[in-house]
Amino acid sequence: MAHKLLGHDFTPHDVVAKVTGEAKYAEDFRAEGMVFARLLSSPYPHARVKKIDAEAALKMPGVVGILTPDDVKNPPAPEIPLLTLEPGYVGAPILLVAAEDETTAQDALEKIHIDYEPLPFHVDPLASLHPDKPNARTDGNVGAQGVKFQTLKWTRDDFANAGSRMPMGKAAQEWTFGDVDAAFAKAKLIIDEPFVHASNSHHSMEPRTAMAYWQNGKCILHVSSQSQSFITPALAGMIGIAPTDLVVVAEYCGGGFGSKGGAYPLQALPAIFSKKLNRPVMMRISRAEEYYHGSARLGFQGQVKLGFAEDGKLLAADLYVIQENGACNSFFDFRNAPDALTVLYQPEAMRWRGMPVHANSPIRSAQRGPGYNQMAHIMEPLLDRAARELKIDRLAIRLKNVGGLNAAIGPQRTPASSCYLKEALEKGAEQFGWQQRLARNGQRNGSKVTAIAIGQAFHPAGFNGFDGLLRILPTGKVHIHTGVGNLGTFSHSSTARIAAEVLKLDWQDVVIERGDTRRNLPWNIGQFGSNTNFTMARTNFVAATDALDKLKEIAAKRFGGTPEGYDVDGKRVFRKGSPGVSMSYGEAAQRAITLGGKYDGHELPKDINPMTQVSAAAIAGTGLVGVAKDNLPMKGAPSAFAAAFVEIELDTETGKYTIVDYLGIADCGTVIHPSGLETQIKSGAVQGFGLAGMERIVYDPQNGLPASVGFYQAKPPTYGDVARRFRTGAVDLPDPSSPLGTKGIGEPLLGCAASALLCAISEAIGGHVFNRTPVVPDMILNHLAGKPQAHGVLQVNCQ
Amino acid sequence: MNEASIDAELQARRLSRREFIKRVIASGAVASSASFVMGGLTGCSPRPAAVAGSVERLISIDVNGQLRRVDVLPQETLAMTLRYKLGLTGTKLGCDRGECGACTVMIDGTTYYSCSTLTHSVRNRKVVTVEGLRGPNGELHPVQQAFVDELGPQCGFCTPGQVVAAVALLQKNPSPTREQARHAMSGNLCRCGAYDNYLNAIMRASGNTAEIHHGA
Repeated sequence: MAHKLLGHDFTPHDVVAKVTGEAKYAEDFRAEGMVFARLLSSPYPHARVKKIDAEAALKMPGVVGILTPDDVKNPPAPEIPLLTLEPGYVGAPILLVAAEDETTAQDALEKIHIDYEPLPFHVDPLASLHPDKPNARTDGNVGAQGVKFQTLKWTRDDFANAGSRMPMGKAAQEWTFGDVDAAFAKAKLIIDEPFVHASNSHHSMEPRTAMAYWQNGKCILHVSSQSQSFITPALAGMIGIAPTDLVVVAEYCGGGFGSKGGAYPLQALPAIFSKKLNRPVMMRISRAEEYYHGSARLGFQGQVKLGFAEDGKLLAADLYVIQENGACNSFFDFRNAPDALTVLYQPEAMRWRGMPVHANSPIRSAQRGPGYNQMAHIMEPLLDRAARELKIDRLAIRLKNVGGLNAAIGPQRTPASSCYLKEALEKGAEQFGWQQRLARNGQRNGSKVTAIAIGQAFHPAGFNGFDGLLRILPTGKVHIHTGVGNLGTFSHSSTARIAAEVLKLDWQDVVIERGDTRRNLPWNIGQFGSNTNFTMARTNFVAATDALDKLKEIAAKRFGGTPEGYDVDGKRVFRKGSPGVSMSYGEAAQRAITLGGKYDGHELPKDINPMTQVSAAAIAGTGLVGVAKDNLPMKGAPSAFAAAFVEIELDTETGKYTIVDYLGIADCGTVIHPSGLETQIKSGAVQGFGLAGMERIVYDPQNGLPASVGFYQAKPPTYGDVARRFRTGAVDLPDPSSPLGTKGIGEPLLGCAASALLCAISEAIGGHVFNRTPVVPDMILNHLAGKPQAHGVLQVNCQ
Repeated sequence: MNEASIDAELQARRLSRREFIKRVIASGAVASSASFVMGGLTGCSPRPAAVAGSVERLISIDVNGQLRRVDVLPQETLAMTLRYKLGLTGTKLGCDRGECGACTVMIDGTTYYSCSTLTHSVRNRKVVTVEGLRGPNGELHPVQQAFVDELGPQCGFCTPGQVVAAVALLQKNPSPTREQARHAMSGNLCRCGAYDNYLNAIMRASGNTAEIHHGA
């Protein structure tokens, strides 16, 4: 079906402000009487604060106050504390000092004497499970959302008997489906490997600076957040106020990649401090500090055993994942990982075991494709290894294993709402010229080797049950209220086009209301996890459908007949067959105000969220209000897939490579915004290249000190590190559970690229698989020279 | 800004490298038990500083064609002056230590990291920030327009620095190849990974349509 707006490019309303410098981020705001706060952070990886002596600091001219753990209400352990007396990592916030200027605040920190009692620590989750090794926390060592916080150690025998495999003791969580032993017994090829996936910083360009002040009993909070409405209740809870007393301003966010998806304690601290001081408080966060509490991807240590049939079909899998939590509760990548394995390769039987372990390293949070992408990065090179050993083409083995339209996910074998990965692989192979390019795979030019490879990835792509809100004004303009946030993907606007499509609007008649609680925003999902397109397509669809129904009802009331006898054309609602009998959207909006009740928002649906109730009530009487909760049917789990094809030229003398050509193909349902999609395919790949070949956090295991606290020590990709040619494409087939067929795509665009690059590196060096990310040039050179690697097989947080 | 130009600059300002670094860290980043925490957050207050021993001097600097009178601390960086005293918040601080390029401005037509440039060193020189690029009637600079047309920014935080770096490049070399642009822009990080879009925008602004890459 041809759409008026979907599938067409547009210029998002916030682009111009980004190129002119007018876009305001948290640190760009000022308030009268604003003071500066600085964090005092732990120099120890694990310690107990026995005494704080701030007397000298508080006497300094210009110092206006201090905020200590006594001033805040921390959540129950092991959640991330706002301020702590038992810091669990270097950089854990202990207190804040505020002064008239920032230099004075920083100088004041030097006058504060803290008596620390150092405590045992570790930066190796696997090693810490040994009964003789210390835990990262004094109150437990294992836990995650869905896993009880507890102390769980393995036995000495578990370690002594491991041999070349990873030691594997009792798991905190596990599942099995199918007859795993029987499936392995049928296998022609068994691959059984330990693996490591590094933690890496999110590297958001905007540090998580925040500024707060109070006005008429309300807290005005400027934060760096991917999400808007979604963070408000939790943030209000941290501050200790009702959500209706919190104004969140987050119109722009300088990158988050998962680390700013939910509310985080550093957002709340200036608000609490500002209340105490009765002054506006700006708390700037430095680049170095970002590496402590700016969070990182959860690293993995693991063991994976795979059983393949002679034709390349994956029959059985046995996966054990140890996840590095950091010191506090974080995300559940370890539980996501096996879902990616099941849906990408459809094994007959599988066992998964998982162990989320605390370590004295930075707090962690979801990072683009949490768990699902780590799994793809480990599995895809092993799939290539199976193809080589079974003498099957690497495209063919993927097509052999790929799931169908409703590919099964996880132990419950949940069907995907749609899976067009097979189509993505076929389309990509054709556009890339896979068969033709095989001829130059392995060709040498001096010390340089050409290699081509494929990568795949998966991520869930949406939720349901949130609310939509819009209003048609007497001017004819349509204001679409969205609380989803601004991560930089422009999906706040591309999903608003779903509502505009339903009402057949011209795009210039649409005003997007977003970025500030005071713009009366509905309860919406946060902008994370590839979910915006699907989730917000549904909310905007139901709000627009509600408005459409009301337009027709108002016309029927005015001109007679039933609402079904009317239609709209984007400007007017008219009687079918008699287009002269009509009124403009603006006139209908004016009549809605006259009619009142449900038409102008004075009567609201009972099932919408309290936040939406408040916002809709605030705009009641200003026009025709379309408001509804997404109660649309759901069939299967919304799922996004992506396939990548890459050609590299690897120099066997330096271990470095050039990415000559890259093609990414998205299965994102119906394409909503072509240039936005192209941008995401390319830039997701850039992050994937970083993950595959460069990025990791490094810790000194003896002292627990971080060695990667700057861009130059944990380098993300630059202009020089990325593909010389990017190509993009999409399957562009609709998802049946999405009203107009759209679904998300953000996360797998990273995973497919990282996987493809890791596969290409292996292919260039004769098929050796490192079972590790990142693969850095040193590792490549060591392998080519037949030398041992500098790291242990299961060593983490190292080079 | 290359090594030679840094040295020339320092010499012109009669500052040694060591002195420059000492001034930058003088009051802000005192070594301590928490010395790992920071570097570089210095002298930023919209009000007179309360820092003992620090003396602000009233100087004039040419920013975006306007002569601006401003009180400046000896160790104050240009980024802080622009952002906190002149209200020019388009210049972003991503790292505050010369790694990321979000604070890129032009000084006499050459790109500088304003987080690593002392404000006192730009007296009598012409500073151009992202706010100074629009035309006399408010129209976007051709590079800004090309960044819009190529959907260059994502999160947008690095974008002002990228725009300024691209403008400086095209002033020196109006027709760069894509590889020359890649090299020239390499001092500006973008974590969103929008490099290809930015390169497309530079090719578009320079009229090199053959090197704009789209599609399959």
